[in-house]
Amino acid sequence: MAENAPRRGVHARAPLGAVDGGRTSSGAAALDRVIHERVRLAIVSALAVNETMTFNQLKALLATTDGNLSVHARKLEDAGYLACRKSFQGRTPRTEYRLTPAGREALERYLDHMEALIRATRG
Amino acid sequence: MTGPIALYDDDEEPPALRDQAAANLRFIRDAMASSTAFTAVSGRGGMVMGATAVAAAVVASRTDSRDEWLMVWLLAAALAGAIGVVATHQKARVAGVSLFAGPGRKFALGLAPPLVAGALLTAVLLRSGDAGLLAGVWLLLYGVAVVTGGTFSVRIVPVMGACLMVLGAAALFSPAGWGNWYLAAGFGGLQIGFGALIARGFGG
Repeated sequence: MAENAPRRGVHARAPLGAVDGGRTSSGAAALDRVIHERVRLAIVSALAVNETMTFNQLKALLATTDGNLSVHARKLEDAGYLACRKSFQGRTPRTEYRLTPAGREALERYLDHMEALIRATRG
Repeated sequence: MTGPIALYDDDEEPPALRDQAAANLRFIRDAMASSTAFTAVSGRGGMVMGATAVAAAVVASRTDSRDEWLMVWLLAAALAGAIGVVATHQKARVAGVSLFAGPGRKFALGLAPPLVAGALLTAVLLRSGDAGLLAGVWLLLYGVAVVTGGTFSVRIVPVMGACLMVLGAAALFSPAGWGNWYLAAGFGGLQIGFGALIARGFGG
């Protein structure tokens, strides 16, 4: 069920990837659409500086709904960027997320991409 | 979360890609910052602690002896400590994390050593008859505690600590009679002000 390239539009190529123009051939990676989304980017960023965060913590941080957070967290899980652990605290179910090494790499690639973009358009 | 990010749809021509990328980087930084602050420090707790300190300053200013003055402030400190623990616990409970795990634990571990030093110095100064220095020492060391405890938090927390330190340093070089009002300004004013900023910007 991996969904490595969620399709939100008809174009195969991501707009930010296209910015590199002639430089794309130099191996500039296409933009990672899995984390190029507001909620998912925030989840990955928050988990980059916190070893683990619970579902409720993320929900409060992002000021979003259960459903919305579940959908986005699932996409990140499916891409292998997030590891999820479910347990019980008393009778209350508790879901805890952590970033996988692949997720950390994805964020680093995304940061590199943004920096490259700023450098490329400087001037 | 109200980051500046504006990720566009595929079929839109991105207006200014450089600005977009810069905004994305800012968004990432903000998400990281608010997530670490979120679990560590309770802004509302700080505001209640500040209110306690203002009340203590008023009561302490009406006392007749040094011992009574000291008693008022020690009781206020104990009360504020309890409020701090309860507020942090509540914030952690809402988030579904343990009080002594993660950033909360880091905050407590950073906070503790300067507070222990402050308690020791209080005993020493009382014994040597230098109680006039207490206000400055308390503010200075509480400030150090907030700076060290807030190392892993958002910048606003160590900034509050630095302000407390400045106030403590000023108190140390001011007449002893002003100490009570320095305490009101530091433990009261600064904590209420920064507490409000933290509560508004970083999850309560």
